[in-house]
Amino acid sequence: MSVLTFLKPRGSSSVARERLQLILAHERAERSETGRPDLIITLREEILNVIAKHVTVERDKVQIKLERGEGVSTLGVDIEFPVDAISKAKPKAKRAIA
Amino acid sequence: MAKVLCVTSGKGGVGKTTTTAALGAALAQAGEKVCVVDFDVGLRNLDLIMGAERRVVYDLINVTNGDAKLPQALIRDKRLENLSLLPASQTRDKDALTDEGVERVMGELREKFDWIVCDSPAGIERGAQLAMRHADVAVVVTNPEVSSVRDSDRIIGLLDSKTVRAERGDSIEKHLILTRFDPARADRGDMLKVDDVLEILSIPLLAIIPESLEVLRASNVGCPVTLNNPLCAPSRAYIDAVRRLKGETVPMAIPSDRKSLINKLFTRRAA
Repeated sequence: MSVLTFLKPRGSSSVARERLQLILAHERAERSETGRPDLIITLREEILNVIAKHVTVERDKVQIKLERGEGVSTLGVDIEFPVDAISKAKPKAKRAIA
Repeated sequence: MAKVLCVTSGKGGVGKTTTTAALGAALAQAGEKVCVVDFDVGLRNLDLIMGAERRVVYDLINVTNGDAKLPQALIRDKRLENLSLLPASQTRDKDALTDEGVERVMGELREKFDWIVCDSPAGIERGAQLAMRHADVAVVVTNPEVSSVRDSDRIIGLLDSKTVRAERGDSIEKHLILTRFDPARADRGDMLKVDDVLEILSIPLLAIIPESLEVLRASNVGCPVTLNNPLCAPSRAYIDAVRRLKGETVPMAIPSDRKSLINKLFTRRAA
């Protein structure tokens, strides 16, 4: 037993409290993502389908992020497509309307 | 108007059945007409804790399925005439409970009693969700220990989303009962403090039940602790909880059974 033993914080309950606060903050955020854990996946699929009607995109070039802030959450959609995808898109879009 | 109270926790073995029996008996002792209902189908134990295990003829499933009438299944307590038990089935499983059957039985119970205290099974699945479904008030039983607190948080989430009240847009009254609490360990920093648990779960505290041999003794003889020894520390905590449930303002305390040295010597000799 050394002097250090006396300097260490007493007991393990403070560790328990911190671990709980951390994991529960995480789990609550997951649960309350408007109450749907699969929300991101659903959004990604539906956004992809809408875009695919007009331009050709690769699935792994689409990134969807949901960030939770105080009071407001932001949805960020990041889609990367090749330079010629837009020029090709026009006739395709017309065909879709016709 | 009748109130349906659900005793729930998520985690098993934290004291749901003990709490159901203790609150039910204390409410009856306070003059209320009470029925305690065991929802733990397949693993019933409320009958054993209430000392009525040899008097079970029909159970909750028989009533929800229409094989028996509610009055046939109700077991009236031998010590308190205004306390009844509706036991769970031991041979069936939780899938035998139907939503419509439970709704009908809860409606019938509301007509007969002032308080219906439902003992939830452990877990977060169908059985636990059916037990809380029709509740007006929920008592979340938690031990000052990480896994119990985490599971209680899950249960609180379910209370806010899966109950009839929540679905109607009404709020459900939620209370915390902290069981198996040891003030000495908490003081030494070896156990979560009351304030730690309250801060994390952020629902109002209904009672702190100290760890006590009296709870084990009461279960051994099949008598709710509040009836078996109304003066012991856990009973005093449960009786205060009931007064708070009935709307009284009672200062929060952690009752203790600590005896003086002379008292200790005397009881040892008497034993």
